[in-house]
Amino acid sequence: MNRAPSLTQLQSTVEPTAESPSSDASSGTASGASAAEARSLLATAWLRIRRSKIALLSLCIVVAIMLFAILGPILSAMSGNDPFTSNTSPDVLDDLQTPGLPLPGYMYPSAAHWLGVEPGLGRDLFSRLAYGGQVSLTIALLSTAVSVVLGTVIGAAAGYFGGKTDAIISRIMDLFLAFPHLLLVLSLTPILQSRLRNTALGQGSFLPMASLVIILGFFGWAYLARIVRGQVLSLREREFVEAARSFGASHLSVLFRQIIPNVMGVVLVYATMLIPTNISAEAALSFLGVGVKDPTPSWGQMLNAAQSGNWYLSDPWFLAVPGVMLIVTVLAFNLLGDAVRDALDPKASRH
Amino acid sequence: MIRFILRRTGSLILLLVAVSFITFTLFQLGPADPASAACGQECTPERIAEARVALGMDHPFFIQYFDYMRGLVSPRMIGAPGAESLCQWPCLGKSFQTNENVSDIIARSLPYTLSMAIGALVLWTITGVGLGLLAALRKGSATDKFIVAAASVGVSLPIPVTGLFLLLVFVNQLHLLPFTTNEINSPFGAQGPWAWVLNYFLPWVALAVLFSAAYIRVTRTNMIETFSEDFIRTARAKGLAPRTVTFKHGVRAGITPVVTMLGMDIGLLLGGAVLTEQIFSVPGLGFTAVRAAISGDLPVTMAITMLAAFFVIVANVVVDLAYAAIDPRVRLQ
Repeated sequence: MNRAPSLTQLQSTVEPTAESPSSDASSGTASGASAAEARSLLATAWLRIRRSKIALLSLCIVVAIMLFAILGPILSAMSGNDPFTSNTSPDVLDDLQTPGLPLPGYMYPSAAHWLGVEPGLGRDLFSRLAYGGQVSLTIALLSTAVSVVLGTVIGAAAGYFGGKTDAIISRIMDLFLAFPHLLLVLSLTPILQSRLRNTALGQGSFLPMASLVIILGFFGWAYLARIVRGQVLSLREREFVEAARSFGASHLSVLFRQIIPNVMGVVLVYATMLIPTNISAEAALSFLGVGVKDPTPSWGQMLNAAQSGNWYLSDPWFLAVPGVMLIVTVLAFNLLGDAVRDALDPKASRH
Repeated sequence: MIRFILRRTGSLILLLVAVSFITFTLFQLGPADPASAACGQECTPERIAEARVALGMDHPFFIQYFDYMRGLVSPRMIGAPGAESLCQWPCLGKSFQTNENVSDIIARSLPYTLSMAIGALVLWTITGVGLGLLAALRKGSATDKFIVAAASVGVSLPIPVTGLFLLLVFVNQLHLLPFTTNEINSPFGAQGPWAWVLNYFLPWVALAVLFSAAYIRVTRTNMIETFSEDFIRTARAKGLAPRTVTFKHGVRAGITPVVTMLGMDIGLLLGGAVLTEQIFSVPGLGFTAVRAAISGDLPVTMAITMLAAFFVIVANVVVDLAYAAIDPRVRLQ
């Protein structure tokens, strides 16, 4: 954090001179500058993370989980199964004592089914976990991206322009923070889905994913915006902003080239913390039956399947598979978030 | 102080009106057609038209909003001309599914939500503040490290997983506790307070695990900060007993952020613990809202969302006022 502002201060004294000859040249330096900025931020974070064993471990787990999700279809093909084919034959599922319960050979990990099969439909659990991870993480990452873009731009605009703009935006942020998120998201998701149904976004299994990304993204920006606004309030008084303005840079260009690059540290911290929140939110909504629905798998949907029909009571393994995966993922992201925060924003504390 | 209270109350009312307006807009303009949701199965175009009139949707949007708000303070007639029925104040409309007054549905669900909130609150405040304080007092020790690690794990436990796990172990396997029943919704009921505690114990634990983790962190950070301040050193130097220094001087000064958090969380929880109520089948506000959201029962979801937002906002203002009463510096800002 210490190094970042001085770097951009340097850039900002250089940039306006580059801006005058041609607009092409200036956009070239701007993208080059922001790349350097991003690298220095991540490099700073990496330097600190490397020193802590817990941070390193959580980073490794996060990377492993991402790889697991990305390679999901390949891994599941390697295991010789897919997440949608059901197998209810009596050699797989019990049909005497507890109809639908996998027989012992199929309930737990085996060579044919790496994590056993689902009760009821007999689908391969490993494939569902892998495909589900893809769905869960895609929703969490995309909705985080939506919130981060909205929060950064809106918060920076409020802090930079001040006055009436700030007053109005701040009131809107208060409103967004006052709404009980889960309840609102829960009740608006079916509504949004019925709206999206006839558009390009609303096709097939894409519909619940798109609506979750939109809703979680749209209701998650306010907290970040408030933090960014606070940072920008002090940033805008700094000399390099004045310098850029006096060279004739427009407000928009100052906002996007001088102000926002300087708050990227804080943005990165809150983005890392928003990801586990959104993973939990997806799990919660799908668990409640308004998010991802069967046959599309997601970790929340798998929890929902474990609860429906009380399968988790006769087959606790069916609850443990998505449950442990969720806990490990959220915990790893949370610990990584803590580490990134300690590295980039030592003053901020959670809550 | 009075001006401060007036100013906060003024902005409270503005915020409440804004929240009600936004919720109303989102729900009324949101769905493809509330009328077809209201008319249910076997819908003909004529019945949809009837439903539109019955819902007052033939009126301009602002009139609809105004009518809705008027219903909060005075009784009004709802329904198609000729088939109107009286809706007593506070009128929040009628359920599409059962045609029941939404206010009655809310009144029926509220005791369950209150039962959940009160016990969970007590449980997580005791464990959260207690463990946070213990960690702060033994900063750097193994106890501290263990508590901090436990808090990190606790905050990462999704409620569906903890809730189902608790049910599996304590109800299904060990038979230590009964499965939650709808018959008990207050400690003063026919079966007495002990049955109430047993009935809600697992939901309380599920909520407390998640919430106390945050309280541990905040309490620990604030107490460590407070214990390093000059007035604590002075109190120690005076020769006060360590216990007096810790509780009379330290906790008193360091606990205010926890009070703020507590106020906000009470507000949040009064709107219904959506997931926990769902897992333990407790028919509180959150449970009712989920059912209504899935079946497209708009008046019910809308009213509960509004109510929950009201609780959060009011809690916010109460916390601000309490803070101002405790700490005179706040008023000057």
